[in-house]
Amino acid sequence: MIPEFEKFKGFKAKNLPKAEPLSSGHRACQGCGEVLALRMVMKALGKDVIVCNATGCMEIITSPYPHTAWKVPWIHIAFENAASVASGVESARRVLARKGKIPKKHVDIMAVGGDGATGDIGLQFISGAFERGHDFLYVCLDNEAYMNTGVQRSGCTPYGAMTTTSPPGKKSFGQVTWKKNVPAIAVAHNIPYVATASPAYFLDLMNKVKKAALVKGPAYVHIYSPCPTGWGSAGERSIEISRLAVETKVFPLYEVIEGRYIISRKITKPKPVTEYLKGQRRFRHLDEEHIEYIQRRVDAEYEKLLRLAEMS
Amino acid sequence: MSKRVGIEVSIAIAEAVGLARAEVIPAYPITPQTHIVEHLSEMVANGELDAEFVPVESEHAAMSCCCGSCAAGARTFTSSSSQGLSLMSEILYIPSTMRLPIVMVVANRALSAPISIWNDHQDIMVQRDIGWIQTFAENGQEAVDLTIHAFRVAEDRNVSLPMIVNIDGFTLSHVIEPIELPDQEEVDKFLPPFKPRYKLDPRRPISMGPVGIPEVYTEAKVAHDMAMKKAKRYILKAWDEFEKVFGRKYNPVESYRTEDAEVLLVTMGSISETAMTAVDAMRDAGQKVGLLRIRLWRPFPGQEFRKAVGKAKVLAVVDRCLPPGALCGPVGAELRSLFYKIPGSPKIFSFVAGLGGRDVTVERFEEMVDKARAYAKKRPRELYEVIGVREK
Ligand SMILES: Cc1ncc(C[n+]2csc(CCOP(=O)(O)OP(=O)(O)O)c2C)c(N)n1
Ligand code: SF4
Ligand SMILES: [Mg+2]
Repeated sequence: MIPEFEKFKGFKAKNLPKAEPLSSGHRACQGCGEVLALRMVMKALGKDVIVCNATGCMEIITSPYPHTAWKVPWIHIAFENAASVASGVESARRVLARKGKIPKKHVDIMAVGGDGATGDIGLQFISGAFERGHDFLYVCLDNEAYMNTGVQRSGCTPYGAMTTTSPPGKKSFGQVTWKKNVPAIAVAHNIPYVATASPAYFLDLMNKVKKAALVKGPAYVHIYSPCPTGWGSAGERSIEISRLAVETKVFPLYEVIEGRYIISRKITKPKPVTEYLKGQRRFRHLDEEHIEYIQRRVDAEYEKLLRLAEMS
Repeated sequence: MSKRVGIEVSIAIAEAVGLARAEVIPAYPITPQTHIVEHLSEMVANGELDAEFVPVESEHAAMSCCCGSCAAGARTFTSSSSQGLSLMSEILYIPSTMRLPIVMVVANRALSAPISIWNDHQDIMVQRDIGWIQTFAENGQEAVDLTIHAFRVAEDRNVSLPMIVNIDGFTLSHVIEPIELPDQEEVDKFLPPFKPRYKLDPRRPISMGPVGIPEVYTEAKVAHDMAMKKAKRYILKAWDEFEKVFGRKYNPVESYRTEDAEVLLVTMGSISETAMTAVDAMRDAGQKVGLLRIRLWRPFPGQEFRKAVGKAKVLAVVDRCLPPGALCGPVGAELRSLFYKIPGSPKIFSFVAGLGGRDVTVERFEEMVDKARAYAKKRPRELYEVIGVREK
């Protein structure tokens, strides 16, 4: 087991940190699930952290100069390279601490980006940083499309979803590919900690983020983040939709600790995927046949996950 | 005591980076820059240099990593060439406006296609406007000295800008030269530790790299431009102090046999050595020819250059880069704007030469001088001419 976890008692409703390293007053849309997830991430990390932010919604809405929502050191360089920027910060702090130029006290280093920044354009940078073994955590806030540029499809956009570059039409039903499994790509790097999380289960989310920060070496947390603007869903339903994604097995919650899969929340009585799909404009055009396919594939993917957990 | 050694220039540059006590070195291999970072990684592996060598997975990552490390307060160095420098391009503009004083040595090499590992200046000329201070070295000693100088200037709080030292790939990077390697104590005297005004530090949190809305973007860019212009003073001051400590004097523009010259060759980088030989030969033949070598390319030392030209009537400018469809090469264009409508200014002709490793010989320089003289009498249709194109 991971020694750093032993002393960590876990967050509970009673001992939630009061501090908000990411302050309110930013410019996210109403009901934004991504900024809510980010707020929880920051609550879990506290103030001894350096944040390296990829270009995307979260960077834009928190930093319109001269305003900033960040009460912790924060840097944004570009879209695809947050993991490399974090590599640089970590290397710098390592040598500076060794030389006695900064206090030896541990500071967490987090790279954070959207699904596009992480699973598409930034994949190589993340792979490099994981493979080199930098002590940092990478958080992907997955709202399943390029939202900042106006809802274009990404590799993480779910099957059938309508985006501005996967529009349904006479010859198309929306996104034709299945969602890319980015956590599995992270696992393939043999890093000590990988997890998926959802803002509907905020204690689980915060505990996973904290564990990712505690573990020595690279860690990856993939967080489901509803985007009412891009999904065509009601702002007040973001948490409900997040919960449905878990209850329908569409977005399972698990950890992979040193290669061992552990399911955080086993779904024994799953709800049908239709429960999840309805109320999201991005899925409205889907016919029976596609929905059946989605159901079959969701079941099969979940089975695969269960087998991985049994094998570990 | 400094020591004089016969050493490959790349290795000497790595030694200089070590003497400068670089702390983070993210690097990715590309010919002809590789020997520099290989030697640095060796120095780190042997415990001769207390630094983090980060073997990143691409040049884009190298420059991104440099941004992070410099923002966190570590002295940061990298090196690249050609395709690698181009891959960094998106990021290069960022640390300069963000005022992150990274130092990079670029071993200049041609750009694909066709792929060529050999020397010219196309790689750096497409990055002309990245807002980094840029110098060009002529020989190994200068490459070493300019590298140490670069850390001092870049990190000066009055400057806070990243800096590139250009060295010609192979023709300079891979030659063995007698070089005086400075003494550690002397370098420490010249180069204080890096103390940035702002850095990523939880004790004093700041936000770096925010969104620039239209109300602030122009001001951010103007501030960068002003910083570049102001930097010249500190570049010169650092060269003065360099002379005091190390005894070698550097100027933004170097003049060679320019007294009473009518025609001046204008060069950058290591071909200037051949150009000097050509000037000697032409002087021996009674021609009034001299040479100006631009050492400081950005910020462009206009005042110094104009002064160095003196009363010369014709400039034969060598461009190591051919921008297709442009009116002429970048150095030629720069000098044309410098002298535009200035009374008594010289006639300027741009010669593109030495692309992709093509040798520029003494005879070629003589050809340029002859042609520039003739063109001063009868203006040609184009503002530039490519020298040494094979007919067959
Ligand atoms: C190299 C580069 N290509 C494209 C862009 C344009 N761009 C900025 S943000 C963005 C989408 C971000 O999507 P994602 O990472 O999923 O974050 P989100 O906005 O959805 O949170 C794109 C395409 C860019 N800034 N840089
Ligand atoms: S577009 Fe979506 S992710 Fe972006 S701020 Fe709005 S709700 Fe949040
Ligand atoms: Mg997204």
